[in-house]
This record gives sequence, C-alpha cells and structure tokens, in this order.
Amino acid sequence: MSDLLSQDFLTALISGALVASVPLLFASLGELISEQAGVLNVGLEGYMLFGAFLSFVIAYNTGSELLGLLGGIVAGAFGALIMAVLCVRMNLDQIVIGIAIILLAEGSTSLLNDAAYAETRPSLGTPSEFAIPLLKDIPILGESVFSQHWIVYVGIALAFFVRWMLLRTSAGLSLRAAGEQPQALDVAGVSVVKTRMLATLCAGALGGLGGAFLVIVGAGSFTPFITQGAGFIAIVIAMLSRGRAPWTILGSILFGISLSVATALQLIGISIPTDYVQMLPFIVVIVVLVLFARRSYLPSALALPYVRGER
Amino acid sequence: MSGPTGTASTESGTSGTPLLELRGISKSFPGVLANDRIDLELRAGEVHALLGENGAGKSTLISILSGMYHPDAGEILFEGSEVRIDSPRTAIELGIGTVYQHLTLVPTLSVLENLMLGSEGGFGKLDLEAERRRFDELAELLGVDFSPGARTGALALGQQQQVEIMKALWRGGSRILILDEPTSMLTPQGYEDLRNEVKHLTADGLSVVLITHKLHEAIELGDRISVLRRGRKVGAVSPAELRDQSEEQLSEQIVGMMFGEQASELGAVELEPVAAGRLSPDRKLGEVALTVRDIDLEPDDDVTGLNQVSLKIRAGEILGIAGVDGNGQRELAEVVAGQRRHVGGELLLFDQDISGLGVRKRERRGLRYITDDRLGEGTVGDLDVAMNSVLKQIGSPPFWKRGAERRDEIDRFAEDLVERFDVRTPSVQTRIANLSGGNVQKLLLAREFSGDPKVVIFNKPTHGLDVRTAEFVRDRIREAASGGLAALVISTEIVELVGLCDRIAVMSRGVITGEVENRPGVEEEIGALMIARAGGNS
Repeated sequence: MSDLLSQDFLTALISGALVASVPLLFASLGELISEQAGVLNVGLEGYMLFGAFLSFVIAYNTGSELLGLLGGIVAGAFGALIMAVLCVRMNLDQIVIGIAIILLAEGSTSLLNDAAYAETRPSLGTPSEFAIPLLKDIPILGESVFSQHWIVYVGIALAFFVRWMLLRTSAGLSLRAAGEQPQALDVAGVSVVKTRMLATLCAGALGGLGGAFLVIVGAGSFTPFITQGAGFIAIVIAMLSRGRAPWTILGSILFGISLSVATALQLIGISIPTDYVQMLPFIVVIVVLVLFARRSYLPSALALPYVRGER
Repeated sequence: MSGPTGTASTESGTSGTPLLELRGISKSFPGVLANDRIDLELRAGEVHALLGENGAGKSTLISILSGMYHPDAGEILFEGSEVRIDSPRTAIELGIGTVYQHLTLVPTLSVLENLMLGSEGGFGKLDLEAERRRFDELAELLGVDFSPGARTGALALGQQQQVEIMKALWRGGSRILILDEPTSMLTPQGYEDLRNEVKHLTADGLSVVLITHKLHEAIELGDRISVLRRGRKVGAVSPAELRDQSEEQLSEQIVGMMFGEQASELGAVELEPVAAGRLSPDRKLGEVALTVRDIDLEPDDDVTGLNQVSLKIRAGEILGIAGVDGNGQRELAEVVAGQRRHVGGELLLFDQDISGLGVRKRERRGLRYITDDRLGEGTVGDLDVAMNSVLKQIGSPPFWKRGAERRDEIDRFAEDLVERFDVRTPSVQTRIANLSGGNVQKLLLAREFSGDPKVVIFNKPTHGLDVRTAEFVRDRIREAASGGLAALVISTEIVELVGLCDRIAVMSRGVITGEVENRPGVEEEIGALMIARAGGNS
C-alpha cells in the first residue's frame, strides 16, 4: 500500500494526469465557447486530428515547437471553417456535418501519414520544460506540476480568460445570446451568423491546439487515430461545465488522471492488462454522465440553425 | 386601382415634415400579400395606433420598420429623406426601437446583460458602472421595481415587457418606439402602467407606433389611428376626429373600416365582445362531472406549483379560470388531463378516482384537454389535416386495421370534421402547418368534440384568433355546454370569461384566490383577485 503513495508514483501520476488533461482542456474550452453560441461541434475530434497531424509535420520539418503548435491552431481552425460555412452559413445539420468532419480527418491524416512517414516513423525530440523558480523545489508537486511545458500554464490561464470574456465583455454577451435566444441578438443589431462562425473557429483553433499538444508534448510522434476519442470526452466536459469555463480544468484533470493511472501503475511494478486500464476513461465518462448529466445545462438554441424571421 | 380608401386624406391637414413616412409599402410572402401599398406617417411626440385583425399585416409592417424584412416596393422617409432599413442595426441607428409581441429577451441573462446586448466594444471590458447608471435613469422614467441583476427569465411577464421597453430605449437618441400588441399579457393594472409610461415617453418627444387588435386601446392610447385589413390600409382617424368624437361614434366608424360591408352585424361582436350569447344562468345543470380537491404540485424551474387547488364542475356548466398567464393554469390543466402527476388531493370524474389513470384512459372516460400549444402539443405540423384529426387514435379501428392504415376511413372522418367545423383548408391532405391558427384550433375542437366527451378543458381557446373565429369557438363551447358538456375554460381575457362562464375562479401563483358567480360588474372583483396575491406583477 505504501508503494501507492511513493514519491515516484505520485509524481508520475500527477505529471501524467496534467499532460493527458491539457489536450482535453483546450478542446473543451473551445467547445464550451462554441456551445455557448449555439454550435455543437461533433467534429471536435476531427479538428484535433487535423491539428495533431499538421503540427507534427511542421515541428518535424522546422524543429520548432512553437511553429508546430501554431500549425495545430491553423489546421484545427480549417476543420472548423468547414463546419462554420456548411452549418452556420448554410444551415446544414450540425451533427451530420460533424460526423463527416471526423471521418474526413481520420481518413486524410491516416493516409497522409502513411504516405509520408510509414517507412521512417520519425519522432520529435523531448519537449522543453518550463520550471517555475522556487515552486519547482516543492517535493512531488515541484516535479509534477511546476515543471511542465509552458503551454500547460497557458491553458489554465486561458480557462480564466474565457470565463472573464463570457461574463464581462460585450463579445461574451453576444456569444451567450446567440446560443440561448439568437433572435434577441439579431434584433439587437448583432449578426448571429458572424458570432457563431467566430465561436466555431475558436473551437477549431483550440481543438487543433489540443491535438498539437498531444503530438508535440505528449507522444512525440503522430500515429493515426492518435486522439482516441479525446474530442468526444472534451464535448462531455464542456457540457458538464455548463458554460463555466474554470470547470473545464477540473473535468479535464479528472479524465487526465484516469488516462495516466495506467502508466503510473506500471512505473511502480503493478501491472494490470492495458486493455482494462485503457477502458478507464470511458468508464469514467459513463459514471460521470450517470451521476451528473441531469445537472448539465445546454443552451436552448444549441445545434439549431438560425433563420431570421422564422420562429 | 383599389388603393387605400377612407379618410386617409385628412392626414395631409397637419403641417410640417413627419418624423417617419411610409409610401406605398408592399411585401408579399409565397401565397400571401401581407402589405399592399401602405402609406403611413408618424409625427414627433405622437402615438400612432395601427389597428387590425390577425393577419391584417400589422406585424409584417413593423418587421419592415425594424429591419427584419425588406419591402418589395415602396419607400420609407425619415425626417423627409429616403432611408433603407436593411437590418435591425440600421433601425437602431435611426433611433427606432421595437418591443416585439413575442419577447426577445434572453431568459438566462440578467436584466442588465439583456440591455447591454449588442453594445459596441467587442472584447473590451464592459463599463458596468455607467450601464448601471443608465439603468437607474430609465428605471425611474418607467417606474420599474426590479434590480438590474435579476435573472430575466424569473421576472413576471409584465416586468419582462418593461425590460423590453427599456431595451428599445437603451441606445441613446431613441426617436421612435414600436410596441407590438403590448397588452396581450398584461393585467388591468399592468395596462394602466403601460398607459402612463407611454404618456411620459411621448411628453419627452418620443413617437410611438402602437400595434393592437383591441379597439378600445387604439382609441385610448392613440393620437392617430390607421386601420389595416388584409394587408391594406382601409382607413384612418385623425387627431382632430379622435378629440371631437365620442367613443361610440369612433368605434362605429372604425369597426366599419375593419370589417367592411359586414360591419353592422360584426360590430356588435367586437364592441360587446362576447356577452351576447351567454347561456341562461337559470338553466338546469346535471350532476357533478369533475371534482378537483386539494391538488398540490411541486414547483420547478419552469413549472408553477399548485397549492390546494379545488374545483367542481357540473354537467352542462362552464367554469372559467381567470388569471395572468403563467400562474399555474397550464399546470392545472395538465394535471387534470393526466399529463402531469400531482401530489396529494383527489381527482374525481363522475365520483370515480382517476388520479392513477394515464392520459388515454382518462380520454376514454370522456375527459379531453384542448391545449393552447396548438402547433407544438396539439398537432404534428408535418402531417396532413386528415392524420392530425385521428392523431389520438393511431392504431385503433376503424382507422387502422391490423396495423395497416386505412386512408379512406381517415380521409372521410377528417372531411366530416372539416365540414362541420368550417375548417378552411384546400383539402384534408394539406399539411396542417400551412393552416392559419384559427383553422388549426377549429380542427382541434372538432377532433376533441368527436366521440362524445363529458368534460373538456379549454386552455386559452381563443388566444391569437381573430374576432370571428374566436366567436365561433365560443359558440361551439356554449353549444356543447347546453348539450350537457362540463367545460373548464382557461383564459387571460376577462371579458371573454364574463361572456361565457357560469362561474369564474381566479388563479394567482398556483392558488385559487377566489371564485365568483358571473353577474354584471364582476370584472372588477376578478381583477382584484388576480392581483390579490400576485404582488410583484406590476
């Protein structure tokens, strides 16, 4: 039992949980913004895959982590642009298009990966760490929490920024109105279509960044289907957060822990068949949904197209 | 050419450039000419009342003014120069604020947030201090009594409307306020408040366009009246006429415009809205058909709770339920119909307990519910008229046989209903969503009246219908009651209940605050009971 609480185990668990939770955090923040505006991104998983692949290509070829991360943002936003044009502008069904985007992303990234890297299987170097002075010397926490890639801290700060943006800015008000009562926004003279397109692009950009993190900081290489359902888990986190951005941190860490438990257990020599351990996050999804889904709140106009003058 | 007729020419008698002028505005939708060459003018500090039945084109006209629709033809002049109002934003920039009939507030936002919606600033921080001061200013002008931080969805409807008016005035420099059927959900007290608000605002130089289908409101509030009928402006009353003529003369003149040649007979209907055909209070009633005793219902986010509600209706009797919308009437109806489980109390249909029975079993025993949500709950919009007429009997003979649909039977049944209830539809194969509200209601009545019902709950049976259809519906209710039906009629229109019911119970916040026998002069008593415990609904 004492093994379970050893320093190595805790460091591995916490550090692993953080790394696993960051892609979820970015993606769920993006999805939360977009859901507030009334767009449900079923294709979030696809944005992440686009982001993961392009960031790998760029980081591998340029050797720059930063350019890789930016590439992820661009690729994710590209996926979301398809969504924004087809669903927000042209009022097609959000769920159908979302599924199509996932399939497109899975197919195209796998194909391109096979074509370019199937033989060489390249990987990136160790990601850089940013250790916070003083705090990094705290036992366990210093090594696990305060010695991470800088983008981790950006993610946490971003959650609080999104909260502020939604509650305290005019743009945030417009977003919330677009998802709850788009007609009210329209008669107030703000374009519902523009607001929703912008929100969708945010979801794409942040989803893509999440995917990029997965490759650059997490795995170090791209493999087909690398996201493994993270996009869907992020949708669940966004829904359970009920529009309150900081809650996505909590949700992401909860799922992050369930993803990192396997690695940590192996580290201390307790070996459970990986198949079981890999089921854990999805079991957690089900448990969380059963326990809390009744308390989730979705904006009234979520996934409904807006047509002026139609009731 | 059959352009606008009547006394429209008298408007040119007033001097100066009007603040807003419409010339020959036309707008058509597939199959409907909603506005046909309408001319209109609005002067500073004036209330211009637009009067007309449902479907007369009033709402289309204001949608054009507020930038929601673009006219097919015609021009709009603002202070003498032509403008193009191509989006709500343009309307706002011109100083045209609109209070829509269907509220356009975001219920989950606070009052202040709703007011700030659409303000400039993008990602900059909102200046809450300044916005709150602006709120206080307007709150004083309008005399409102809620806080800027209140959740909008939690306010009473009258208060929400005040928020709408504040919203319309929120951006500085408002010149014109458009009110679309503003009284449709107000208490008598709320109406008085609105009247005062309008007076204050016009004294400040604001112009008001008031859309209404109620004659007395147009006469009381308007400085000038234009009458619309079937998309055309069919007449106008000038300020001078409004000043000099008695209310009766005016009424007669306007009813003439509203209904044209049939004015004489319908005039009586409109002026004495419903009292005409009331059943004799001395007629003999049957046994007690429905007993509701001490029913409770737990309140919820969007459910008004019920508290110790008791009612009794005899066969052949019409019992009215008065009250401001959203005070538990719908919940009561749903509890009786079996759509909602109550806690405690008793529910008896001819002395038999029906608390444990589902909707369908209650229906078989002769209890029917005609919902006010005609398009949502009452019908399936995508199905045709025929299928909607047998909606509650899907799978049962003679319309289905061993699971197979028998189209002939269904059509024949529907055709009979359509014929008897005068439903205006091209055929029974027409999608019901294409019918007007009045015709949908007629079909619902026909459907629920078929198969010999004993007790029928009518939830706002004439809501949103034009005068003629409304009277048709009331006639059918009276007719059924004289044939022994026990009718429970929920309505927000006191005049309607007075013209229809034997007794009237009043609901406020889920409680029956009183029950009165219907007799002359009972309206005030009802009004008092409506606000008896409603408190904050001013």
